Amino acid sequence: MKIILHGTRGAYPTSTPDNQKYGGDTPCIELIYKDNRLIIDAGTGIIGIDWSQYDPKKRLDILLTHLHMDHIQGLGFCKPLFDPNREVHIWGPGGSAYLLQTRLNRFLSPPLFPVVLRDIPSQPEIHELANSKIELGPFTVHSSFIIHPGSTLGYRVDCGGKSLTYIPDHEPMIGKLKLYDDDSWVSGFDLAYETDLLIHDSQYDNEEYMKKIGWGHSSMQICAEFATRTKAGRLVFFHHDPSHSDDHRTQTFDSFMSKNSYDFPIELAVQGREIEV
Amino acid sequence: MAGRSIEIILSRQLADCLNVPVFIVDPEGNLVFYNASAEGLLGRRFEDTGEMPMEMWSTGFHQTDEDGKAIPPDQLPLVISIKNHVPAHKTFWVTGYDGKSHKISVTAIPIVGRAQEFVGAIAIFWDNTSNS
Repeated sequence: MKIILHGTRGAYPTSTPDNQKYGGDTPCIELIYKDNRLIIDAGTGIIGIDWSQYDPKKRLDILLTHLHMDHIQGLGFCKPLFDPNREVHIWGPGGSAYLLQTRLNRFLSPPLFPVVLRDIPSQPEIHELANSKIELGPFTVHSSFIIHPGSTLGYRVDCGGKSLTYIPDHEPMIGKLKLYDDDSWVSGFDLAYETDLLIHDSQYDNEEYMKKIGWGHSSMQICAEFATRTKAGRLVFFHHDPSHSDDHRTQTFDSFMSKNSYDFPIELAVQGREIEV
Repeated sequence: MAGRSIEIILSRQLADCLNVPVFIVDPEGNLVFYNASAEGLLGRRFEDTGEMPMEMWSTGFHQTDEDGKAIPPDQLPLVISIKNHVPAHKTFWVTGYDGKSHKISVTAIPIVGRAQEFVGAIAIFWDNTSNS
């Protein structure tokens, strides 16, 4: 299975010279197995996907972790949605007072967007997920609610004997710098357990996190502890803060790694990076 | 391993921050967590007891009404919430494992999570002993 990181930035897209190294687009990743493809999140990174690689006769599935703007901002500019002959399925979190379709309509309608969801040519089918398991071609997808403001899912995708866990926005312990000792009390634990690749929120260092408690994000320290506890094979620090330059991000990462040691590789997410698992 | 629902995890995180006793139970009624303030009420530490089945925590301390008459376990607010999935409230006396008596008011509410599942219940205690 190959994973392409099309968008790695949290909160809002950036295009400053200081944010080119890790990329400025907001979350979107693409999973490829043979000629099967799956997209998770529809941040502005979705706009950069090479659609010519897709068989237009095959259905397109897009999984959304949640509906914060940075994760859906590219949806209205996703070309296959405007192909009337395309079968498109959008999956996202249920568990709200309003249907997923209703919540998506708030964004995909005037005045925020010129075309209402019901008029989008592909007529995408909207599906709600909870703590669910679905099969999408060769991909087995587990979703689970995780701790983040609003209804938010993390995903685990198993395919070809390998697994990816994607939890781009996550605050597993609110106001604390350490997880509970008992694994069963750790949000998202089952999704990430013994996963081959974990892509996880790591927006802050501990100092910055303590100034932004409840905003829904993790420090690098909590993220790495989560990966250690879940026995992840490999960790990608994701959801870079757009208000920080890439130099700042690199320095924070280098400082963190110089003080800590892990028995699995850790890297900062880079837009455009392709990872084989 | 079956992890707990985020609603129960968040309830514990809330309970950790509160200076009033809190019990959290799973759908079967097992007491999966009680906070430091509740330890004073029970006379036992969570680290020492760990989880407790309903038969243990609901009978482990003696509860009576204002007239000293014993209250059966199935009339405790938390047991009512677990069995009937409804909120419940009651004021009564309890004697903890340490033999100390407290007059307490208990409010229990069922927890229904995002997945529309009943995932347990939480009870918040108010110790009225000093007002009695």
